Amino acid sequence: MASPSQNFEAAADFALPDISRLRIVRRWHIGRWLAAGSIMLLLALIGRAFAQGQIEWAYVYRFFAVPAILSGVMNTVIMSILAMALGIVLGVVFAIMRMSDNPVLRGVSIGYAWLFRGTPVILQLLLWFNLALVFPVIGVPGLFEARTVDVMTPFAAALLGLGINQGAYTSEVVRAGLISVDAGQYEAAQAIGMTRLRSLKRIILPQAMRVILPPLGNEFIGMIKLTSLASVIQYAEVLHNAENIYYANSRVIELLIVAGLWYLVIVSILTPFQMLLERRFARGAAKRR
Amino acid sequence: MGVPLVSIKDLRKSFGAFEALAGVSMDVTAGEVLCIIGASGSGKTTLLRCINQLVEFDSGAIFIDGELIGYRRVKDRLYPLTERDIARQRLKTGMVFQRFNLFPHMTALENLIEGPVQVLRRDRDEALREACELLARVGLRGKADSFPADLSGGQQQRVAIARALAMRPKLMLFDEPTSALDPELVGEVLAVMKELAQSGMTMIVVTHELGFAREVANRVVFMDHGLIVEAGPAAEILNSPREARTQAFLAAVLA
Ligand SMILES: Nc1ncnc2c1ncn2[C@@H]1O[C@H](COP(=O)(O)OP(=O)(O)OP(=O)(O)O)[C@@H](O)[C@H]1O
Ligand SMILES: [Mg+2]
Repeated sequence: MASPSQNFEAAADFALPDISRLRIVRRWHIGRWLAAGSIMLLLALIGRAFAQGQIEWAYVYRFFAVPAILSGVMNTVIMSILAMALGIVLGVVFAIMRMSDNPVLRGVSIGYAWLFRGTPVILQLLLWFNLALVFPVIGVPGLFEARTVDVMTPFAAALLGLGINQGAYTSEVVRAGLISVDAGQYEAAQAIGMTRLRSLKRIILPQAMRVILPPLGNEFIGMIKLTSLASVIQYAEVLHNAENIYYANSRVIELLIVAGLWYLVIVSILTPFQMLLERRFARGAAKRR
Repeated sequence: MGVPLVSIKDLRKSFGAFEALAGVSMDVTAGEVLCIIGASGSGKTTLLRCINQLVEFDSGAIFIDGELIGYRRVKDRLYPLTERDIARQRLKTGMVFQRFNLFPHMTALENLIEGPVQVLRRDRDEALREACELLARVGLRGKADSFPADLSGGQQQRVAIARALAMRPKLMLFDEPTSALDPELVGEVLAVMKELAQSGMTMIVVTHELGFAREVANRVVFMDHGLIVEAGPAAEILNSPREARTQAFLAAVLA
């Protein structure tokens, strides 16, 4: 049997044809052209259907920026950000509890995720909104008391419902991030005299952020759209306000299109922030350059 | 020889049914450099981690600087210390890990001042000044603003040594500080450790670098199966070990 090096020498003996002056013909990529062509055709057909359909585009244009819609957009943005912030705070707290060696804290964290991930958000929203049916008065006896109907406004119920539900999901995302950090980092932090909490805050969480941020961005986009559920408890977000308008003028599709366009606008504006954050927490990562 | 800086009495630690430390006793005097050698799994790392309380031992006692580690004694009872007190006790020892364990999201300089500023609450500017001096001492003056990922293994380990020193420990623990390094990088780390030893630092070094042990260590301890088999002056243990197990180990390492 010939060894590789003998083969190599043998090959050098053959006179191979000289192809250095031949022209290379570009590949045709027929698949790409076919795909692009059929998609253009499909889009043209859909576009024509909508143009000829029962949509008065003038109404879309007219209602796109009326005050009721704009304030709805504001409320959607505010609720998305606040509910997500609450969700992140709860998520971090419950993720840390889940990883504590205190079995009670661990149990509470598991129970929280089980309860709020196991029931529909819309049901949770309705429960918060109707809390007054269970507890007519809430507060700390002797300190302060209030009628629940006054406290549990659509805003408060939506914030609690969406934020607490989000926390249950975020806690799993955060936990995945915490687990991803090398155990040696905990030890190094302890070795310079840090307590568990301080090492989480200074050493572990900043590194976990790299793993946490991409799924969290996903969850945030989900939250923007999830706020539309709060329309069922009278929270004046953009879908709710669009509905109110079409109850009056019956331009259902036109106003739904207005709301849909606004959701796209909000998502498009907020998405780039994720990239900024990701860059910020990529500090020191090997593939920085 | 005065009061020992570290005193270990009949230390035992099991992982499940496996006895990693089966009754270890030893003293380390202030200023002494002690090298621990022994086969893989003989309990060297576990011993260091007990001293630094990264693992809880089952029985026995460790005193550092006269202070009982991990427990508070009230009459004839021992009460476990709180996490905060354990963290405070750890300040007396610095630890250098096999895999460096630098904080990757911080520059070399930030790694060094993290403990002094966050834990010791020292003034940031003062900590920075001292950190720069330490970096110069380990030969990395120009690497202050480099991230760990941009440093070689030997450089990372030198930063890790400086990070431990920044806490001004009385005792330094090294767990195979050079065994994750490419051969050509071992020397620069050993040189820093040698300089540290000469400056009078008390050091416990787990190592397979017998040359370093011979040159720098005052005493060498050979461990096997969770026990100290033989201990004595470096030359004695490395050149003319009495125990058969030590002889076999040295023969295997030098082969
Ligand atoms: N957390 C743990 N859980 C279970 N077993 C462990 C644990 N830590 C160590 N051990 C076991 O205890 C024994 C001693 O481990 P140790 O790491 O102290 O050995 P070592 O002398 O440092 O070895 P090496 O030279 O490989 O680092 C090993 O058999 C190891 O498998
Ligand atoms: Mg080890």
